[in-house]
Amino acid sequence: MEAKSFHHALKVRDDICIGCTHCMTVCPTEAIRVRNGKAVIIDDRCVDCGMCLRNCPVKAIHIEHDDFKKIFDFEHRVALVPAVLSGQFPEDITVAQIYSALMELGFTAVYEVEHGVEILLEAAKRFVKNPAANQPVISSFCPAIVRLIQVRFPALTENVMLLKPPLDIAALHIKKLYTDKGINSDRLGIFYITPCAAKIAAIKSPVGEEWSPISGVINMDFIFNKIYKSIKQNGKSESCYLPKIDPLTSEGVMWSLTHGEATPIQGRCLAIDEIHNVIDFLEKLENEEIDDIDFVELRACDESCAGGVLAVANRFLAVERLKNRAANLPSVSGPIPSEMSEESIVRSKEYLINHIAIDDVNPRSMLMLDENMAEAMKKMNQRNRLLKSLPQVDCGACGAPNCQALAEDIVQGKAGIEQCFFIRNRQISSGKLNMAGSTAIIESIWGKKKLKKPESENI
Amino acid sequence: MVFEFEVQGGDFATAGNASSQIKKILKQLNVDHRDIKRIVVALYEAEVNIVAHAFKGRIIANIDTSEVRIRLVDEGPGIPDIELAMQQGYSTASSEVREMGFGAGMGLPNMKKNTDEMHVTSVVDKGTTVELIVFINQPTT
Ligand SMILES: Nc1ncnc2c1ncn2[C@@H]1O[C@H](COP(=O)(O)OP(=O)(O)O)[C@@H](O)[C@H]1O
Ligand code: SF4
Ligand code: SF4
Ligand SMILES: [Mg+2]
Repeated sequence: MEAKSFHHALKVRDDICIGCTHCMTVCPTEAIRVRNGKAVIIDDRCVDCGMCLRNCPVKAIHIEHDDFKKIFDFEHRVALVPAVLSGQFPEDITVAQIYSALMELGFTAVYEVEHGVEILLEAAKRFVKNPAANQPVISSFCPAIVRLIQVRFPALTENVMLLKPPLDIAALHIKKLYTDKGINSDRLGIFYITPCAAKIAAIKSPVGEEWSPISGVINMDFIFNKIYKSIKQNGKSESCYLPKIDPLTSEGVMWSLTHGEATPIQGRCLAIDEIHNVIDFLEKLENEEIDDIDFVELRACDESCAGGVLAVANRFLAVERLKNRAANLPSVSGPIPSEMSEESIVRSKEYLINHIAIDDVNPRSMLMLDENMAEAMKKMNQRNRLLKSLPQVDCGACGAPNCQALAEDIVQGKAGIEQCFFIRNRQISSGKLNMAGSTAIIESIWGKKKLKKPESENI
Repeated sequence: MVFEFEVQGGDFATAGNASSQIKKILKQLNVDHRDIKRIVVALYEAEVNIVAHAFKGRIIANIDTSEVRIRLVDEGPGIPDIELAMQQGYSTASSEVREMGFGAGMGLPNMKKNTDEMHVTSVVDKGTTVELIVFINQPTT
């Protein structure tokens, strides 16, 4: 079952938001409106892509993560890190240094997310090859894309690969490792270092899964600063404590980058990154204009997770570093290393494969004007009539992203036509609305401040 | 509700636009996504046929709560033998059209497969009319 309300880690800070239209106009699902001079995110439309955050000129949108101190609520504190974290640092800082800094900060173990690939890749290949699968199979990796498909491309929910992404597999493995040692969940804290808001949403309200074994999430930019400071303070001493961890495979390191899935999964595979590119592609896929493709990897961010909203480094440099790191690592399909550690994920392969499936991904279309089709038709007629009287300039001054969005808000009882500046002007000139009424409407959208005359003004 | 669209023959860059528009309308009307898929797949093939084989055409979509009825009326060479054209793999598409990835001869059979009723009438050297009917909101589907 999926929760009725959707967790979003993206929050607008009302004390900072200046009530402009930047976020509203870039949101790919038209999930933002301006009310009382502040941006408001509509919960069931938002897919957590982070576009609004990237485009905010005053940094009023932030990603809410867990308090770092929360890790100390647990006796065993595992940092679950994506490979893309190591790509954030300059080339002269080693992976071992980064992970030992995490231990200094208070974690008792560091584990890399992409060990999950060692389990997933084979299962994914099998899923794609299965003749019963709806072609093309769409990756379940990027939670923003899974949500985008649910709200905008409901027919394609049937194409989503119903397998856990590496993060969930790795988390399950860690939980099992500790449970097997007799350490139960209340003593074990698994903390994921996230490159984006979408992953947080996926952990706090999972799609196709009942629960997540992850105890908390820490933003990558926050942890980057802490690690960087720690490495600088301690110098590059060789004496730093190096956590003993298994090396990742080259496929693992590359997985979260563009082509990371499409390359190792066999058949005709495509990789598409950046949400607008993905939307264009899904439109065509839905019409069956594109066929004979086995698998598509779709990512919301340009350069995939290297371009996550919480990434610190330039995304192209991060990709270069990760490629360099991968070049020296064994392949997933190579022989199993002779000295496989106690903690190796391959040891719990059978258990993980048995738990790798997720439930169906259900559509939850946000495009409908009404649940009842006859009502929806009425509203559509009404909307089309309204659209004819609106000016089609898509100025955003009504607090909606464009004229059509305002018309749809009006027929759904969420806005009034007088929010349109052009209509108001007509109403004033015909005597239907007075100046005070007009002022009240502007204030309800843009707040009181914007109409006040600044002291310095002489116009 | 009635919606109308124009289609230009030979313009492969915009082929599929009418299908996308109708798809958007059906989503807004909360039609079941499986029905939308059938309608759009059939319509897209019919739209591409106007682009690939005719000079120009019009699409008239009639939507009500129990069925979607779409008529595609074109001016073009017409189809001399409709039964033959309906066969899987039959195509008169030029090599140019084939190079663009169209002309596998599966369009008409796919339209048939995805609709509840389909009517094709044609007059050689005048044009073709295709009617696609899909029942929606049926208790069993
Ligand atoms: N609108 C049309 N006007 C003229 N001829 C058509 C039209 N639609 C289909 N045809 C004819 O029917 C044949 C089969 O159509 P179809 O099954 O869609 O295959 P394809 O378009 O790939 O050739 C076409 O090659 C063409 O000769
Ligand atoms: S995260 Fe993306 S979908 Fe959500 S409000 Fe921001 S831009 Fe819109
Ligand atoms: S591409 Fe990666 S970083 Fe970007 S939203 Fe998707 S999972 Fe998050
Ligand atoms: Mg055809």
